[in-house]
Amino acid sequence: MAGYRTPYLPVCIVALLLSACTGRNNKKLPIIGEREAVERVVDGKTVVDTLYHQIPAFTFLNQDSTIITDKDFENKVYVANFFFTHCPSICPTMQRNLLKVYEKYKGNDKLAFLSHSIDFKYDSPSVLKSYATKLGVDNAQWQFVTGSKKDIYGISEKYLVYTKEDASAPGGYDHQGYLVLIDQQKRIRGAYDGTNEEQVAQLFTDLEILLQERP
Amino acid sequence: MQKKIRSLAVIGLGIAVIAFSCQPNVSIQTAQYAVNGQKLYQTHCQNCHGAKGEGLGALYPPLTDTVYQRENRHRLACIVKFGLNEPVSIHGETYDGPMPGVPQLSPIEIAYILTYITTRFGNSNDNFTQEEVKKGLASCK
Repeated sequence: MAGYRTPYLPVCIVALLLSACTGRNNKKLPIIGEREAVERVVDGKTVVDTLYHQIPAFTFLNQDSTIITDKDFENKVYVANFFFTHCPSICPTMQRNLLKVYEKYKGNDKLAFLSHSIDFKYDSPSVLKSYATKLGVDNAQWQFVTGSKKDIYGISEKYLVYTKEDASAPGGYDHQGYLVLIDQQKRIRGAYDGTNEEQVAQLFTDLEILLQERP
Repeated sequence: MQKKIRSLAVIGLGIAVIAFSCQPNVSIQTAQYAVNGQKLYQTHCQNCHGAKGEGLGALYPPLTDTVYQRENRHRLACIVKFGLNEPVSIHGETYDGPMPGVPQLSPIEIAYILTYITTRFGNSNDNFTQEEVKKGLASCK
């Protein structure tokens, strides 16, 4: 019996090492959101395509009072969130954590950041500009945008983030502090609680995986 | 026997002091105030001012300016309770955003928070007393 056991150990170790190497390269992030199967006829054969949930086209005004659209994020990975400048609750922590990501990837044109203000009444472009500058954002990689209530709250649903005007919430707006990871095809690949240290650490890990994925 | 108990008690007290306080110079009461203050700090202050009192960019000032803390010690209770609506100079940088206060805090809670901030992020060894906070609050502008 003992004679059988000995050769297994080195084999196991080698197998483990191999799987560890390949496993690392094969790791893929999930694609989040509803999907539907669409049948299509190609060369007389029926094939099934999966349509994934995607962020639709958008147009907003940024901190420099210029128009920002989904085209500005074409072929980029980006992290999106929802906040407002005088938010007394979760936003400072969420933005502090996103700032760490921004600082790590500053100058990397494959990655962008998009913060939507849900305070469409107060957060004009000049207010957003002042906020961005004070936060320490000094290039176009991180966009701070405002838009009509309908557009901002409408798009938050597409990012699967809850936002609501609520007089009883601190600051007048209720919202979730998710940092939403979007891939080059505008699909949601992860959502991380921006106030939770562990989830923010996971975002750092997942971001590396997504940036190495071939579109 | 009596001597033994007494020396054990002294040793026990010594261990308690060391265990309760990170800084060697603070009393047990100060250390206890700081522990209570930490929880309140996390709830009411940490979002903006950070877990280490580091602040955030030029938006929210750090709470590590010991000179400011010393010179404005009598005003700190008012700032916590009623906020600040004027520019403030911290470590030579000006911060001009308004700070919301936390009006529901009681004097003892404010004493806990200020003890935590000034001993953990500053270099104070003394706790704020409830009386000191009440006196400070009486002179809020």
